[in-house]
Amino acid sequence: MTDKKSISTTQKRLIPTYIFLIIVSIFSVFPLFWMITAATNQTVDVSRGKIWFGTYFLENFNNLLNSSNLWKSFGNSFIYSVVQTVLCIFICSLAGFGFELYHDKGKDILFGVLLMAMMIPGVATMIPLFTMMSKMHFLNTVWGFVLPGISTPFMIMMFRQNSRNFPPDIMEAARIDGLSELMIFFRMYMPVMKSTYAAAAVITFMNSWNAYLWPRVVMTDNRAQTMPMLIANLASGYTIDYGMLMTGVLFCSLPTMIVFFILQKQFAEGITGAVK
Amino acid sequence: MEKKKSMSLLAKQRAAGWGFLVLASVMIIVMSFYPMVQALMTSFKTGSSANLKWAEPIIFNYQRMFQDKMFMRSVGNTFLYLIIQVPIMLILAILLAQLLNNKDLKFRGLFRTCVFLPCAVSLVSYALIFRTIFATQGLINIILTNLGIISENINWLGQTGTARLVIIIALIWRWTGYNMVFYLAGLQNIEYSVYEAAKIDGANGWKTFWHITVPLLRPVIIMTFIMSINGTLQLFDESVNLTNGGPANTTITMSHYIYNNSFGVGVANFGYASAMSFFVFILVAVLAAINLKVGDTRD
Repeated sequence: MTDKKSISTTQKRLIPTYIFLIIVSIFSVFPLFWMITAATNQTVDVSRGKIWFGTYFLENFNNLLNSSNLWKSFGNSFIYSVVQTVLCIFICSLAGFGFELYHDKGKDILFGVLLMAMMIPGVATMIPLFTMMSKMHFLNTVWGFVLPGISTPFMIMMFRQNSRNFPPDIMEAARIDGLSELMIFFRMYMPVMKSTYAAAAVITFMNSWNAYLWPRVVMTDNRAQTMPMLIANLASGYTIDYGMLMTGVLFCSLPTMIVFFILQKQFAEGITGAVK
Repeated sequence: MEKKKSMSLLAKQRAAGWGFLVLASVMIIVMSFYPMVQALMTSFKTGSSANLKWAEPIIFNYQRMFQDKMFMRSVGNTFLYLIIQVPIMLILAILLAQLLNNKDLKFRGLFRTCVFLPCAVSLVSYALIFRTIFATQGLINIILTNLGIISENINWLGQTGTARLVIIIALIWRWTGYNMVFYLAGLQNIEYSVYEAAKIDGANGWKTFWHITVPLLRPVIIMTFIMSINGTLQLFDESVNLTNGGPANTTITMSHYIYNNSFGVGVANFGYASAMSFFVFILVAVLAAINLKVGDTRD
């Protein structure tokens, strides 16, 4: 009885908190909700301030198909992102494993040096990288997209930090069983670190799908463009078809939103992964 | 004999350790450090992309940079966004994390998802959404008109002051939840009993926040601060897609201006762009170093 009463007074005290959180939540969700409704409305209705679902989605979608390379760009983005994700988590987990479980002074120094790459801004390397990719004939290819991003200090650090939970006893036992060091990585490390791989994959996929500056530099041909480039182009005309534009934005956001809703926990872990 | 064999095994293990990290290390050197050195070299050259020559005098591009009013304006814009947006966003993020860490609160997961949701969309997507909402014939004007706050439509993105405001609002919208996730993770490392002890000692919510949460979160706060500064100094997607730098380049960011000088229509000023990008690099490095220094003073 007294317990119940104390609970309700706590809840009463939290009313301002609830109100504040509801306001913030509406502010956070509304632009995305509105984007989805706008994709189902005609531009005229969008400009009239309609904020509920309409019946114009198929027309918007058809207009989008007719005026842009939707499926091609969607496919490009998908291939680039998947290739980058797979290569990045493989290379960086190898390094994280090496740095943490075989660590010595030399490797620690190297690690410190590699971390400094975090401070190098994308605009500073884009010109030399563009020249490099163009010399290697990697412009407009998946390699041009992925190569600069398949090894990042952030990912290496994330795998290194999480490798601390990997018990060294397993390694000793495996060595006694005659497993080679590489086999230990594949058969022992990878399965144990599954959750780290999931978090790393989610964050890498999101980042590559959403990338804009580098793809814009390296994808000089329209047929190689990514989804963010496609929707940016839709908005560059003098008159903008808002219904169609929001349909494009919806298609660009759909994969990452699906990943977000299914793997939110892994996404949060991926963001904060390197700080433990 | 026995000893020798185990030595060679150890040596083998050590070699394997280096083997694991060689690929990642080489990639970072080739894709980050080497281009950085090249950017520095290029920054001392002039001419078009295919025909670069050493500049005369050698620091020509740097001299030009400091006299370039447009570049200085882009530096000013970027710092304006930094100074206004980063503190508001981080304080809001800590506050939200603190509120959501309360175990008595119901629907915590739902609130958390809502605040975190903006991170699910790409920077280009949200820039275009905000551009549409804040269009002259857009939703914000319609709402404000209906509420009787304004009598005629405001050209949000067509005026310097309001265009900057929209960029700042958009940035806060996109990144607050992202930073909150760090603080939530940090708060979960703080024992709940610390708060209960504080409550018994009679500390109110505000006191606990200042005297327990903030000091314990200090390393996380410093890290998010560095990340936000780093990110803001490199703003590109928003400047391009939300305002396209306009009106009359008054909202353009450093990265956007550098891009226009290197890959803009009909321009390939690689030398000059490299000099400016090196300037950005120095800014990022210096600000990060100051932050680490300030954050390191233990009391």
